[in-house]
Amino acid sequence: MKTFRWSIPLAIFVVLVAFLWIGLGRDPREVPSPLIGKPAPAFRLVKLHAPNETLSASDLKGKVWLLNVWASWCVSCREEHPLLVQLAKANIVPVYGLNYKDDPQAGRDWLVKNGDPYTASIVDRDGRVGIDYGVYGVPETFLIDKSGTIRYKQIGPITPQALQEKILPLVRELQQ
Amino acid sequence: MIPELGHFALILALLVAVAQGTLPLAGAAFDHPRLMALARPAARAQFLLVALAFICLAASFVGNDFSVQNVAANSNSELPLRYRIAATWGSHEGSLLLWTLMLAGWTLAVSIFSRNLPQALLARVVSVMGLVSVGFLLFLLFTSNPFERLLPPAAEGRDLNPLLQDPGMVVHPPLLYMGYVGFSVAFSFAIAALLGGRLDATWARWSRPWTTVAWAFLTIGIALGSGWAYYTLGWGGWWFWDPVENASFMPWLVGTALIHSLAVTEKRGAFRSWTVLLAILAFSLSLLGTFLVRSGVLTSVHAFATDPARGVFILAFLALVIGGSLALFAWRAGAVGLGGGFDVVSREAALLANNILLVVAMASVLLGTLYPLFLDAMNLGKISVGPPYFDAVFYPLLAPAIFLMGVGPLARWTRAPLPELAQRLKWALAVAVVTALLLPFVLGRWTPLIALGLFLALWIVATTVANLRQRILSSHRRGLLAKLAANSPSYYGMLLAHLGVAVFIVGVALVKGYESEQDVRLEIGQSIAAGGYEFKFLGVTPGPGPNYRALIGTVEVRKDGRLIETLKPEKRIYNASGQTMTIAAIATEIFGDRYVSLGEPLTSDDVRGAWGLRIYIKPFVDWIWMGAFIMALGGFLAVSDRRYRLAVKRRSSLAVDAPPTPAAAE
Repeated sequence: MKTFRWSIPLAIFVVLVAFLWIGLGRDPREVPSPLIGKPAPAFRLVKLHAPNETLSASDLKGKVWLLNVWASWCVSCREEHPLLVQLAKANIVPVYGLNYKDDPQAGRDWLVKNGDPYTASIVDRDGRVGIDYGVYGVPETFLIDKSGTIRYKQIGPITPQALQEKILPLVRELQQ
Repeated sequence: MIPELGHFALILALLVAVAQGTLPLAGAAFDHPRLMALARPAARAQFLLVALAFICLAASFVGNDFSVQNVAANSNSELPLRYRIAATWGSHEGSLLLWTLMLAGWTLAVSIFSRNLPQALLARVVSVMGLVSVGFLLFLLFTSNPFERLLPPAAEGRDLNPLLQDPGMVVHPPLLYMGYVGFSVAFSFAIAALLGGRLDATWARWSRPWTTVAWAFLTIGIALGSGWAYYTLGWGGWWFWDPVENASFMPWLVGTALIHSLAVTEKRGAFRSWTVLLAILAFSLSLLGTFLVRSGVLTSVHAFATDPARGVFILAFLALVIGGSLALFAWRAGAVGLGGGFDVVSREAALLANNILLVVAMASVLLGTLYPLFLDAMNLGKISVGPPYFDAVFYPLLAPAIFLMGVGPLARWTRAPLPELAQRLKWALAVAVVTALLLPFVLGRWTPLIALGLFLALWIVATTVANLRQRILSSHRRGLLAKLAANSPSYYGMLLAHLGVAVFIVGVALVKGYESEQDVRLEIGQSIAAGGYEFKFLGVTPGPGPNYRALIGTVEVRKDGRLIETLKPEKRIYNASGQTMTIAAIATEIFGDRYVSLGEPLTSDDVRGAWGLRIYIKPFVDWIWMGAFIMALGGFLAVSDRRYRLAVKRRSSLAVDAPPTPAAAE
């Protein structure tokens, strides 16, 4: 019984190590989105380059498309932007931009400077659509299938690895 | 050539560490003086080799050798010299090399300053430190070689993380690591004592100064980190309960408990196994902190380098070191015994209660830090634990601990009759309560939290004065100065450290109670009033930096229409990485700061358009760090006590259990 008392710290530590061991195998940045498998929230917003035209989620039914949330003030967007430009050149999947909480003129200038990979960008000036999509950090990217269901969500910049291993295979599968 | 030399030195250091970790230990076990005598030369060789490796790495950074991967990833030819030197420990590999260097340095210090330790004890202590070093060197060489070459060499480096390009960050990691790693000395003493089966007042006296110094460094290190967050993150906060901050705070809490528990073990021979456990815990938490920061198990704004493969290694190392020590503790602690008994109302009881509160506080921080991990591991979802949890759990634990801080030094050892104790404390209590109730009205606004904070701070000050007064009254010497001089430096160190806590609490309570924060949109020429001052935004001008472009805002501050200062908050964009940094402009006064930082430009025209500005008034905020520095100063003062050096000499010649010294009662 006495020895048992002195062993308590060791026992607590063993449990701690077990949890740390399991924790190592997990990615703390991977936050599951409750939106995956759900219909993409509806929106109707004006286009960045054509303020008289609007685009809505339902216009894109029947297509597999990416929705990339971006802003000219967003530093990490610069990181992923070249990859998006490349992706647009390859013409595999259309990328739509959600210009999030941004000044439209600043957004347009930014695209002139860094290249415009978007089939169209839409203006979410007050961030309402962003709220519907559960955006809490820019950039974020959603993959939406032909029926208008969200199939994948990338939080933070798209990495070449995520693009090759997750997004593109899923796009090919969904385009079948 | 230089990087290879450094790499080679590390390999040799590993070989020396293996010898240092095994031979003197075997010598102590089999009573073989020659093997034990290897401890000192091994510690010296180890330090020289690791220092050589460190200098080689620093030289590669200073010389912009971009054929070294570490340099290419963390430096840049435009980076100013002082940050190139700081970049040596800015990366994962470099910071581990710094840890190892610190460990070698502490080992060397032990081998130099403990000349009068019994040979077997010194051999065991140095060996245990050698074994820890083996772990770190293996980790460096096999998973995080700082000298890895890059072929072909990079033309230019990717630059040091801009967050680290700051004078505070140049000194913060070394001081923090001095503290972290310093606990390895107390740890090694504890393990050596468990191995040798001898744990008494002498042992505690040897461990004490080392622990106090490590604790003082850790205190300064944490304070610098907090100050850095305050002025570089641009949010005006000084503590975020971020996992990395918690990782440094947990060893501090346990280290604080350890210092006090060691005092009891030295004076009264009590708390022995508890003290040993704390010594193991303090260093284990330092290792755990390293693991949490370096493995990527938890994310935080601080996790500069994360890699799960490295995580597996550190976890295995952690399991071996901490698990092994705790197993040794389970096996041997019974033999060490609890030590002398004491009454429910006594200084021992107050210190024990305080110890328990500190350890429970540590456990609550640990729980909050790891809770998201636990839930995730059990597939219960992903959550994050924020400041509300820590605030709710932490203050109720620390408030009684701080109250006891006032009682402890005035209570007698073994048995403190309650009426006598109350007699000693009643004036302090009355002064603290009355002032705390009235002072907030003078300062502006009365809230329960401000009053409580002020009460705790004043309570410490008042009990400190009562303590000193009693010392003077009971002294038989003539003259005030002679009476004061009769007390030891460690007594004054204790008082000073406690006053530091009071200063710290004043800072925390008043900045929380009276701060004002405004996030506003300002056009050029527009003004806003805050805290009795008028802030006028005069626009933003571009300005060049050595390795960044800056936008510098100009804000004029007026009081009663009179211009008192012009603040220049900056926004920097670093050339190599494209990362932005916010440098707040802070006008510091003893009673508070005026803090202005640039938010984002609100129109497309950075220079002529409106900007978002954060204008904060932070009363007494600097008292937080001032308090921490005073605490650390108290620690250093306590260590300067001659008794630690004299006592070691005298007692090591007597191989008996030292009786508690009645004269020294601090």
